[in-house]
Amino acid sequence: MKLRTYLVGACSALALAGAAHAETLTIATVNNGDMIRMQKLTDDFTSKNPDIQLQWVTLEENVLRERVTTDIATKGGQYDVMTIGNYEVPIWAKQGWLLELDSLGDDYDVDDLLPAIRGGLSVEDKLYAAPFYGESAMIMYRTDLFEKAGLTMPESPTWEFIGEAARKITDRNADISGICLRGKAGWGENMAFLTAAANSFGGSWFDESWQPQFDQPEWKETLQFYADLMKDAGPSGASSNGFNENLTLFQQGKCGMWIDATVAASFVSNPTDSTVADKVGYAIFPSKEGVDNHGNWLWSWNLAVPAGSQKAEAAQKFIAWATSKGYTELVAEKEGWANVPPGTRTSLYSNEEYKKAAPFAEPTLAAMDAADITKPSVKPVPYTGGQFVAIPEFQGLGTTVGQLFSAVVAGQSSVDDALAQAQQISVREMTRAGYIK
Amino acid sequence: MARAVSTRRKTIATVAAWLVALVIFFPILYTVITSFKTEPEAIAGISLIPSGTFENYVEVQSQRDYFKPFMNSVAIAVGSTLIALLIAVPAAWSMAFSPTRRTKDILMWMLSTKMMPAVGVLVPMYLIFRDTGLLDTRLGLTMVLTLVNLPIVVWMLYTYFREIPGEILEAARMDGASLWNEIVHVLTPMAIPGIASTMLLNIILAWNESFWTIRLTAANAAPLTAFIASFSSPQGLFWAKLSAASTLAIAPILIMGWFSQRQLVRGLTFGAVK
Repeated sequence: MKLRTYLVGACSALALAGAAHAETLTIATVNNGDMIRMQKLTDDFTSKNPDIQLQWVTLEENVLRERVTTDIATKGGQYDVMTIGNYEVPIWAKQGWLLELDSLGDDYDVDDLLPAIRGGLSVEDKLYAAPFYGESAMIMYRTDLFEKAGLTMPESPTWEFIGEAARKITDRNADISGICLRGKAGWGENMAFLTAAANSFGGSWFDESWQPQFDQPEWKETLQFYADLMKDAGPSGASSNGFNENLTLFQQGKCGMWIDATVAASFVSNPTDSTVADKVGYAIFPSKEGVDNHGNWLWSWNLAVPAGSQKAEAAQKFIAWATSKGYTELVAEKEGWANVPPGTRTSLYSNEEYKKAAPFAEPTLAAMDAADITKPSVKPVPYTGGQFVAIPEFQGLGTTVGQLFSAVVAGQSSVDDALAQAQQISVREMTRAGYIK
Repeated sequence: MARAVSTRRKTIATVAAWLVALVIFFPILYTVITSFKTEPEAIAGISLIPSGTFENYVEVQSQRDYFKPFMNSVAIAVGSTLIALLIAVPAAWSMAFSPTRRTKDILMWMLSTKMMPAVGVLVPMYLIFRDTGLLDTRLGLTMVLTLVNLPIVVWMLYTYFREIPGEILEAARMDGASLWNEIVHVLTPMAIPGIASTMLLNIILAWNESFWTIRLTAANAAPLTAFIASFSSPQGLFWAKLSAASTLAIAPILIMGWFSQRQLVRGLTFGAVK
């Protein structure tokens, strides 16, 4: 009896010691479908790595951005793995806030990462974050409405065609708007679309000496086209519509076209959520006739390790698992190929099973291949970034300009007034920040 | 005739009161209704009749553990309220019964701390919490919420204490009561309605506080405010799920408020008809 008691005690002590030895990684992430799926599949990781426990902090995108920025800037050390966008990665890496991901394992196959995505996450050829999923932007359109209107989507549509088609499809009596575009103010909302659109009209945010370009004809043409189009063929209340609102409108069959992130393709073609799942066509982001630029929209959600983390080795182990080809196969096995995180690996787009399950695979890859964030505009510019400008000041400046442009869609301001104010504010902020001497 | 007018007036006043109450309560009611709808129903437009599905609650519970943030909310709200009362009762007593020339200025200064936007001190607070190891701890949040709500607690108690005749305390003193006995055995029993309503109001304020509770926590001490925030999605309008999460988060405080409404009203109107 005594011996048994001692044995039980010893085993318990060993178990406790083991538990105490286990490292716990705190992972900050956003609440989207792919991330929730990953949280459900982490048993696979913990069973292979019993010495690592995972705990999740899931937050709304803007709150998450604010939380992780505060934490990393103050070296708070609250998180061991952070989910951040490709906007933050180069800025934070240059500040020395992120650890280089140099031990992802021999079988990680870093060369399989899509070159455009990998380039956005590297500084001086060193990888500072691993992409969990990536996206560009493209046109999603209703094939049945196009057919009814006698329209055919060109292989490389121009804005002129998009404008004509949107007006032709619009049927106010049937509650169908020809086109749904982002109007909600924010650097990641309407300014993501408008910055990419301005790129495709031949414009840019700044010239080579960081002078704001809102007083140039390209921005005037972009904003005028956008405002007129939203008035003639956009949904009511468009100035408060962001990605989520337009997704819902499109899924309910109320939009003829929607130009937005490629990740939306899997939602609009999912018959469980979308009433138009079998009537969606895809085309590359439009450009102005004669301008060889399709907006250069490129976004990825990535996993990175903050420089303050005491558990860098375990954190890299987890990142390697979550962004590996093996994870893709795990999702495919458990949830089907259509649900694997898109836009990160070349091998996914040569996988026949994926292409069969995801009719949007090829247009997505085409959109991502067309995006080059190192050359956002046809004009020479001193910055990188496609639908954003990769400088720390862009979050604040982009949101302020976004509010001015949203007011145009709401009918509270004219195109000329909004552009003049945007120019004035941008010059002031860029001078204050020291870009303009 | 006079009685008829009076009855009509009473009826109108009652109906008006119900209407106002309904308008104020409607957002909460609609959140609860939406939580029993499917996602397409929730987005379709305003409708007061849900299909009655429980799938959102099942989904919410399967995605996140409710119990841990619930316990954190209870610990933080109750803890910060008790500490605030411990500090505020003597402070309000001294200001109500032994006022000086500067008492009003001190009260005003206390209230002025509520006028500064919290985000203005976020980084210094974060650094203090980091250096003292209080980030993501219940103790840290309890301390912050105590300090955040302390001015309101002092002000409310000061107002209640001023309604208590000072002569009663003088009489107790003449009977030989010590300061401790005076506060604990004479003042406190008389001010119980006021203290109770202050306590309840402070628990509600602490329960609903979302700025600090989201920003100073991660995985361990995050309360129900962070639980709700985690259901806001950048990829779709999941209003039904968000409503279910919100209903779960506000239900405990709503039930508590319902059962203690008599004390709340009594305390809030204490001395109002004097």
